[in-house]
Amino acid sequence: MDWEWVASHTELLKERLLEHLPMAILPVVFGLMISIPLGIACVRWPRMYPPVLAATSILYGLPSIALFALLLNFTGLSQATVIIPLTLYTLSVLVRNVVDGLRGVPESVRQAATAMGFSPLRRLVRVELPIASPVVFAGTRVATVSNISLASIGGLIGIGGLGQLFTDGFQLQQPTRIFVGIALTVILAVVADGILVIVQWVLTPWARRDRQTARRARRALVEATT
Amino acid sequence: MNAPGDAWNWFVSPQSWQGADGIPTRLGEHIFYSGVALLCAVAIAIPLGLLIGHSNRGGFVVVNSANAARALPTAGVLLLVVTLVGIGFLPVLVPLVALAIPPILVNTYEGIRQVEPELVDASRGVGLREGQVLRSVEIPVALPLILLGVRTAAIQIVATATIAAFVGLGGLGRYIFDGLARQEYAVMIGGAVLVVALALMTESAFVGIQKLVVSPGLRGR
Repeated sequence: MDWEWVASHTELLKERLLEHLPMAILPVVFGLMISIPLGIACVRWPRMYPPVLAATSILYGLPSIALFALLLNFTGLSQATVIIPLTLYTLSVLVRNVVDGLRGVPESVRQAATAMGFSPLRRLVRVELPIASPVVFAGTRVATVSNISLASIGGLIGIGGLGQLFTDGFQLQQPTRIFVGIALTVILAVVADGILVIVQWVLTPWARRDRQTARRARRALVEATT
Repeated sequence: MNAPGDAWNWFVSPQSWQGADGIPTRLGEHIFYSGVALLCAVAIAIPLGLLIGHSNRGGFVVVNSANAARALPTAGVLLLVVTLVGIGFLPVLVPLVALAIPPILVNTYEGIRQVEPELVDASRGVGLREGQVLRSVEIPVALPLILLGVRTAAIQIVATATIAAFVGLGGLGRYIFDGLARQEYAVMIGGAVLVVALALMTESAFVGIQKLVVSPGLRGR
């Protein structure tokens, strides 16, 4: 481990980190933007769900390197080549969690909201989505962490990010560079995960003390990793 | 360019099925890498998960550090080990095992933890020793979840074992990396499709195993 190299290259490391962030985070944002409406549709029209689920799980089995290589033909050496496949992977986690979360809303709560005069849309936004949110958050955490790791594939095709430290370190036979790249990736993931836990804590005050919600969220976290 | 058609022609051409670069050889290599990696991961993660689940200590740490372990970039670990020890099977094995441990560990732990406490108390009450409680009560009840973890790990390994080709070994990844290098997209797509097919077969194999080994009393759930 060559600490002097690390100390004298903080600018480079910062640059790689900043290149890495959009490639890892934008897919989660796009993934949420697609999977929330898609999940709502799958709950509303249950027949849609099996084909959507099958499509997303096939996408998940695709080796990422093949997907990247194929996209190279269309999007070239731009960040889109990384962002598009990672968005697809994110969907395979999130759609399931949105659907499970919405299906977990107790029927009594739904009926109570209707009885209080909520229109279907308002009921969805004000009641069902908030109750589903711990489960959706669990999926978002898993997707964020794995995207931060997968985005390093960008380095293999030379478009920067922390993965660039791996390929450069390999070519220069410099293990320190690779090790620092791995460490930064894991630290970034842990920090991002921590931020999501805090955001969730702030946004869902009712869930803090509710054991049942906590158990559901935990279960969803375990399930999202499988 | 008619990529799917070309990929199909590659797939059905007799040359694709012969020799050291033939589909049977590459498939065999891929299954070998995946199998060894899965066995290593199982040998590490299941005993650890059983221990933590049975003693119910350190669970919080396990679930959260398993999530952090997902952040380990496979390509980085591969290249680091190659740089340190050189080309070989070990650099491929290390990232695959690291990838497979978290899902097996978390599911084994969760599986044991979710066994109803009354059941464990009752088995202690009828005089079973701790080892027997684990072996004949907790493990059978937790088996569906343990198998789910192993299945997830196996699918991820199969999809990721393509990286072996990145450091010059064999496996189905050869088609993807060689196809990319030679601009033969038909070969690359063919390789990717074979990997997906192998992943789907792995999944159905585990569904079959689950039907065979899970106690009939639990299947109703």
